[in-house]
Order: sequence, then structure tokens, then C-alpha cells
Amino acid sequence: MTVPKDTSTPSSLRLVLTLAIAGLVSGVAIIGIYESTLPTITANKARELREAVFKVLPGVSQMQALVYRDGQLVAVEKPDKDEPVVYGGYDEQAEFVGYAMPAAGPGFQDTIGILYGYQPGKKIVVGMEVLESRETPGLGDKIYKDAAFVGGFSALSVVPEIVAVKKGTKSQPNEIDAITGATISSKAVVRIINETHANWSAQLSAPGSEPQLEAKEKTGTEAEQ
Amino acid sequence: MKKNQSQEEFIKGVWRDNPVFVQVLGMCPMLAVTNSAVNAIAMGMATFFVLVGSSFLVSTFRHVIPKQVRISCFIIIIATFVTIADYTLLALVPAVHKELGAFIPLIVANCLILGRQEAFASKHPTKLAVLDAMGMASGFLLALLSLGAIREILGDGALFGVKLFGENFEPWVIMILPPGGFLTLGVILLFFNWFKFKKDEFLEDVAAAERSEG
Repeated sequence: MTVPKDTSTPSSLRLVLTLAIAGLVSGVAIIGIYESTLPTITANKARELREAVFKVLPGVSQMQALVYRDGQLVAVEKPDKDEPVVYGGYDEQAEFVGYAMPAAGPGFQDTIGILYGYQPGKKIVVGMEVLESRETPGLGDKIYKDAAFVGGFSALSVVPEIVAVKKGTKSQPNEIDAITGATISSKAVVRIINETHANWSAQLSAPGSEPQLEAKEKTGTEAEQ
Repeated sequence: MKKNQSQEEFIKGVWRDNPVFVQVLGMCPMLAVTNSAVNAIAMGMATFFVLVGSSFLVSTFRHVIPKQVRISCFIIIIATFVTIADYTLLALVPAVHKELGAFIPLIVANCLILGRQEAFASKHPTKLAVLDAMGMASGFLLALLSLGAIREILGDGALFGVKLFGENFEPWVIMILPPGGFLTLGVILLFFNWFKFKKDEFLEDVAAAERSEG
């Protein structure tokens, strides 16, 4: 209706060729941009993860990925795809500090992905960071914007399990104040931590026998990338 | 004449034929990602890049692309630019990319872009096509930005993340939720229609006055 100036029908071959060439050029362009941005993207992701681990585990300056294989936790350079992984956090002297546990579960709108720091010796959660969330802006997003709620995870006992209570009524070490107006989201965070803790508690090494920091990681967890 | 036409092609997209406020195109990103000014700008820039790039290529190859497969070719071209924009944003500004989420790949389906290829770029020389695309994309960016700024100021009490009001400001949360997008857009469209109505009225008055004088 618009373009045609010549009314003759081009041959099918020409049509096929045009689309094939367009597809080919497009494919090459996409591969080019994918290859050239991939290193930056993976580096960004690794950096984000490392920053999150350091944030949820105060005092940690080195980390390594740990997976549960053959009945014990072992350090790996790169976990297999879809293999559950936790991160061991170590201080300057390579002493074990705690685990950073990735966890995810349904929130109010979509999956909430979090990372929390856990000290098995004291059985307490020492930090929580929301990595992924589509909770309602202004309400549910307080699970990571409300400093009081996030701060509530700095010394939270997991025995017998974490309980979200009405704001201002926290009285036990395993209780945390839920956020007014974001009860579902804050309870979801607590439930996610409880479930992850229940799943992992048998698999984590006994306190005192955590996997050693492997020497090659000392330079700064380049292996993570 | 030549220069005027170029200017005209650029200006029309920004104001007279503004893709959002006048043509009411591209509503999906318009409503979805304008909950903050930064998101609006990122979306606007991505669309700008895709639209200008696609218009350039479509216009350059307009005699080579057979009309029977033109829409498929346009979509391939647009999709390629969108993928480039997607990966570039992911590499350079991961935080913004996370906020925009699925709406960057969805630029492919923005009817503003395909519309400009079909209506303009495939029929005009490259220079005009690029100017037209720049005008339209700037108009789109402007529209996104005004909506994003209004919604962020009212819904979060901030602009570009900088708090504007004191502690006592109670954010009008609904403005950054989806209904806020519809409300704001509705009010702006009302203004544009009112403006057009008044302008037509004014022009009629002028014409009537000229007739009575002459």
C-alpha cells in the first residue's frame, strides 16, 4: 500500500534471500554485542554478589562458594548449574565467620530473592539483603528500604525459628518486628529464611569444622568470575 | 525550503505530532516504567537509539527490501537494535536494567517504532528519516520524562532520587503504582486536548476578525 513503486512481483528466491541476509547480519550483530558485553556483565554480577556477601556478614573480607557433595560441604570454584550453593565468609586471617545463604520464595507479587548471613556457632542471622524483589513500591519494598526492618536481622536467633511479630512487640531474640503496611512481604522474608534454614541446617558442617578457605581464593575470589 | 523541511520533520515529532500526547502510541512503556525520572530517561534513551538506528537502516535499504517482506525485515532490524540496547544497558547500568526488566525487550513491540518505519522511513531519504526518528524519539523521551518526573515528585517526594521535601512529606504512593500512571497520563492528555481546542478557537476568532475587517 505504501512502498511499492514497481508493481512487478519479485521472485520468491529474492524474498527468501532478503530475509536470510537480514537474519544473518542481525545474528552476527547480536553475537558481537553479546560477546563484547559478557565479561562486563558477569563481572558486575560477581561484584554484586561479593558486595552482598560482605554486607550480610560483618567482618568478612574473603569468600568462597560451597556446595553439598557426598555428605559434606566442599569449596568449589564454579558451582554446577542449578546446584544449591552457599557462600562461606572468612575474615582477614582466613578464619571462618559465617555462611551467606541465598534464599528465594514467593512474596506478595513475585519471587523475593534474598541473601542472609548466618553464624552457625551462635545460631543467629547476622544480616539480610534483598537481591531481587518486585514488591509494591512504597509498601512492600520497605523490606529493603526500611532500615529498621533490615537492621532487625543483625542478631536474630533461628531457634526454634524466626517469628515476625506486630511492630513494637519484639521481646524474644527470635522475634522481629514486621513492617506496618507490608506485613505479607515482611512475613514472606521471614518464611523464606526459615525454610532455607530448615533445608540447609542438616547439611551445614558442624560449628568448628567448616571448610577451610582455599588458598587460591585468597587473592580476592577471582575464581567467582 | 530544504532546511525548513528538515526542521519541520524534527519539530513535528517533539510537539505537533508528539507520539505519546498526540498520537497516543507506545502506551505500554509509557505507563509501565515512568514511576521515576531515571527509569523514564533510560527507557527514552533506549527507544531513541532503537528508533534512530532502525530508521537509518530502513531508509538506507528502502529500495532493496521487497515490499512483500518489508514488515519482517523492519522487525529483524528493530529487534537487533533492541538486543544491542538490552545488553549495553545490562553491562553499563545493571541497576537501571533491573528496574526496567522486561520492558527493554518489549521495545520491539512498541508500535511507535514500527509505525515510523512503515509510515515514514521506508518512503523518505535517509537524512529526513533520521531527523524524523530523532524528532519522534525526542518527543517520546520528553513525554516519558514529564510523566516520570510528575509521578516521582508526587509519589516519592523526590526527583532523580533527590528528596525535594522535608521529612514530613507524606508520599502519595498511588502515583508510583500503576493507577498513578493512568491518572497522570489522563490529566496530561486532557491538557493537550484543551490546548488544541483553545488554539483552534483562537485561530477561528482571528479568521473571523480578519473577515469582518476586510
